[in-house]
This record gives sequence, C-alpha cells and structure tokens, in this order.
Amino acid sequence: MPSARPAGPPTRGRSAGERAYTAVAALVLGGAVVAILYPLWFIVVASLSNPDAVNAGEVWLLPSGFTTDGYARLLSDATVWRGIGNSALYTSLATVVSCALVLTSGYVLARRDLPWRRLLTVLFMTTMFFDGGLIPRYLVVKDLGLLDSVWAMVLPNALAVWNVMIARTYFRSAIPHELREASQLDGASEFRHFFSIVLPLSKPLVGVMVLIHLVWNWNAFFDALIFLGDDTKYPLQLVLRNILIRSEVAAQGNLTSDLASYAEAQRVGELVKYAMVVVSTLPLLIVSPFAQRYLNRGGVSGALKA
Amino acid sequence: MTTLTLRRPKPEAPDARPRHPQPTPGPSLAKRMALRWQLYVLIAPALLYIVVFKFWPMYGVQIAFRNFNPFDGFGGSPWAGLQHFQRFFGSAQFATLLENTIGLAVTNLVVAFPVPIILALMLNQLPAGRLRSVVQGILYSPTFISTVVVVGMLYLLLSPRTGMVNNAIDLLGGERILFMGSPEWFRPVFVGTTVWQESGFQMVIYLAALASIDPALHDAARVDGANTWQRLRHVDLPGIAPTIAVLFLLAVGNLMNVSFEKALLMQTPLNLESSQIIQTYVYQAGLQQAQFSYSAAIGLFNSLLNLVLLLTFARLVSRLQGGADQ
Repeated sequence: MPSARPAGPPTRGRSAGERAYTAVAALVLGGAVVAILYPLWFIVVASLSNPDAVNAGEVWLLPSGFTTDGYARLLSDATVWRGIGNSALYTSLATVVSCALVLTSGYVLARRDLPWRRLLTVLFMTTMFFDGGLIPRYLVVKDLGLLDSVWAMVLPNALAVWNVMIARTYFRSAIPHELREASQLDGASEFRHFFSIVLPLSKPLVGVMVLIHLVWNWNAFFDALIFLGDDTKYPLQLVLRNILIRSEVAAQGNLTSDLASYAEAQRVGELVKYAMVVVSTLPLLIVSPFAQRYLNRGGVSGALKA
Repeated sequence: MTTLTLRRPKPEAPDARPRHPQPTPGPSLAKRMALRWQLYVLIAPALLYIVVFKFWPMYGVQIAFRNFNPFDGFGGSPWAGLQHFQRFFGSAQFATLLENTIGLAVTNLVVAFPVPIILALMLNQLPAGRLRSVVQGILYSPTFISTVVVVGMLYLLLSPRTGMVNNAIDLLGGERILFMGSPEWFRPVFVGTTVWQESGFQMVIYLAALASIDPALHDAARVDGANTWQRLRHVDLPGIAPTIAVLFLLAVGNLMNVSFEKALLMQTPLNLESSQIIQTYVYQAGLQQAQFSYSAAIGLFNSLLNLVLLLTFARLVSRLQGGADQ
C-alpha cells in the first residue's frame, strides 16, 4: 500500500499547527484570566487607597496613600451589620427549607415503584414551562399575609423544580433500587429508609444542594425589593443596592455623616463603596474553589445528560 | 438479593410487609399505594408548595382579562375582555419595549452563548494539572458574585469622572464616556457583564462533557494524522453537541426572564430609552403604580412571546441535530 499517511509533512504541519493553537489558546485564556482578575484586583487596591488618587486615575496596580478608613467606616455602620444579620437569618432558614423540599420530592419522584409518580412528575415539570408571572405571584404572597415577614424571604422561591430534577437523577443513578428491597426485608419503613440509608449515601448531592441554595439566597435581592417594605428587615443585597447603585451613602447618614462638606462626603463615599464590594465578595470568592470541587462531584453536569 | 441480608426485622415498623418484596405486578393499586403511604407524606410539603406558590399564581393569571380588585380576588373581579392587551398594544411604548426586550435577549444569547464553549475547548487542551485547575477556578469565580455587586462594580468602574475605565480612556487620549447614562451603551455593557459573570459556570459544564469523551477517539484521530484543529472539529465538538443543545434550549427557555434583575439594576433615568424592557415595565406599572391587571396582561404577553421563541428555537435545534445525524 502506498502510504496513505505520509509520515513527514503532516507531523511538521501538526506541530506548527499545534504551536499556533497553543499560542492562541494561551492568549485567549490569559486574556480571560486578566479580564476577570483585574477589575477585582483594582477594586481591592482602590478600597485601600486615597480616594483622590483613585479618582484622578493615578492608581492602577498598587495602593497609593494607604488607608483603611473605608473599611473602618463600613464595619462601624449599623445598617450594614443589620443587613448581614438579616441575610444570615433568611439564608439559613431558606436553605434548610429548600433543601428539605428538594431532597424529599426528588427522592420520591425517583422511586420507580410509586403509583401515580407520572402524574406527580408532570405536576412538577409543568412549573418549569408555565409561570403565573410577577403580578399574580406578588398578589398571592400578599393574600397569604407574608409581606414584610421573614417567610416572604423563605417560602415564595423555596423550590426550584430544576433542582428537584437534578436530585431525582442523582437518586436514580447513585442509589440502587435493591437497597430498598433489602431494607424492607429488614423491616425499615420508608421514612427510616430515606433518612438512615438514602440520605447518608447522598452526601455529595446534599452538599451541592446546600451550596447552591446558600449562594442563591445570599445573593438574592429582588424578592426583598418587592416583598419587604420595612428597611430594618432589608437583607445585605438590598442595603448594597441602595448604597452602591442608588448612591445613598450620604442619605444613609451614618457612613459619612461626620464629614463637614458634601464634597468630602462624596469623596469618602467612593472609598466606602470600594470597600463594600470587597467585603461582600470576599466570602464567596473564598468559598468558590470548594464549591467547584463539590459541584463537579455532585453530578450537576451529569444531570444535564439525563 | 442474597448478598444484601438480613438483620432482625425492626419492631418499630409495623407497616412493613416483608412477604411482598416485589409488589409491582401483584397487589392492587390501592394496596401498592397504601404500602408506600410514607412516600406520599414525604412529597406532600413540596406538593403543597407547588400548589400554593406555582399553581395559584397560574390561576391568578386570569386577572389579565379582568379588572382586578383585592376584595373580589382572582376569580371574582369583573371581566374586562382583551381591554388591557389592547391598551398595551396601542400604547406609545409598545414598539420600543418589544424592540428593547427582543434585541437585548437575542444579543445577549448570541454573544454570550458561544464564549464558554470556546473557553472550555481551549482549557481542555491544557495538560491536567495545577495551572489548569487554577485557570478554571479563576474563570469560574464570578459565578458566585451577586448581580447587585456586579452592577455596583459597573457603577464604580464606569463612572464618567472617577471610574477606572474612563481614567484609562482619558490616559489613552479618548473622550470620557457616560456608560451608564447613555442608551447606546446599555446593551454592550449588559452583554459584557453577562459574559464576565456567567461564562465560567457554563464552561465547567462543557468541561465535564469534554472529560467524558472517550480518549480512544482522540488517539485514533491522532493516528490517522488529524491535527489539533481537526480533532477539535471532529471529536470534541460532536462530543459536546448534546450538551450544547441542552444548554441552548435552557438559555432560550429563560430568554425573556433571566436578564430582568440586572436590567432593573442597570436602569438609570438617562438610559431608559434602551433599558426599559417588558419585565421592568411590568414591575413599574404593576408594583410601583399598582395597575395589577394591566401589568399582568403585559406579563402574560411576555410569557407567550417567550414560549413562541422557545418553540421556534427548539425546532431549529432538532433540525440541526437531525442534519448532524445523517
């Protein structure tokens, strides 16, 4: 046979092509890394620098006129701490409730021997495609008397059917059906089987669900915007919005109230904002690597193939 | 079965009937349900949630065709026919809202959707190791930053007088740009932050799909003399095609919804001309001005629009997949 694959040129071509590809990939990935890190780094730097230098564009890579005034003001502010406290309360409650709902319903829908499971699945899936919309949802929460209560932050978004489907896929693929037969022979009830056998075997899934809901609830702001009127109940995200986006630094009073002039308040206000972004982002960025490992293990991507 | 034996039956489970381990064909429906009543108890709270917070609002959609008043409720308010829809279609904003909404959603999809695929394909070529996992971690990290903070960063960094971006533009001799206050910059900035914030998460999903491609396929292609580009084109890309299709349909399914909160946060009186989309308008007309029925009608129109887009794109995807299979 004449050589269908001539040995010389393609190897050369391949190595050249491969080198070109590697160069392009390095450029693109390097660019992406810089595009993500630089803004974050700049904000850290700006939060520690003299605001005049930052505003004048003299600060690019390293702090100049080092100051921690922004952090000091931020951390002595009652509104911010109250927001953090509220967020901690809403987030932990909502995470517990959501995980309980997702895990129980996901498990039951995963059971192939359950009469009426098709009907139940259809009921759940319907909500992925149809939605009452913002206004009817608001009116329902209002009719239930939940406005301005902790439960308005917990219940209306407690269950995302998408997560139920992830849980269902996980239970189906990771928990062998024979386990139930065995535990049944041992006389375990369905409750006992679920709590003592299935859940302990599903730690990766539970971890993913806790994580997803923690991040999701901590970052949520819209439900608070529409369901809460009393600003002492605002979660951190809403406090952040009012200060960062609506620039209510001066209006909030306490952050810059000691400063004599409006211009001075304005100037320090920017510093506080930079510090605020850092303080609210840092915990999540620290969690991120762990989160990633969990998400990879917990089969979130596996669920997509189902 | 035999390997998974057998402790003494627990006395505290009187309902367990060990003589019927394989109930599927035998016992009657009622009996099979009675046997598993605890499962129904387990799912009851979630079911209750769905009925109250999903189906009840769906039932409430009818206020789009009524003149809602709180005393008569969803089902008792007087009928209004299509009056609210007619008012909306006839209103001055209708064309602008429609154009803003569809324009933003489609630009966002078209620009942001391919980015994670490209990043995943490139990252996948790096040898597995520390560098690769660090890069992956960095690209992934913005996923966890809240929308409020991302938009807050925008206001800080894009500020016309003091922002870093405008200071850089000034340094390079350009004109300072009023990013958050000009209608023509709303869409580019919006789409840019979507790419910045959301690419990492999707990239990880594609990486998982790439990892499940049989390495033998790559080896075989290499033996046949395929270069990197060819293997990318004929091994990697077909390998993740199903994932691309699923994520695409998900993105389309949420086309008109996902971006709403960010649009609301990025809205300023100055960029309203392009930043007012149907959903933000529903929020303003409905919740701020309490025109419940009118804004419910607009919301319903938005959902229908979304459904039409979803069906259109779903057909498109299935046709493309059909073409790929041949």
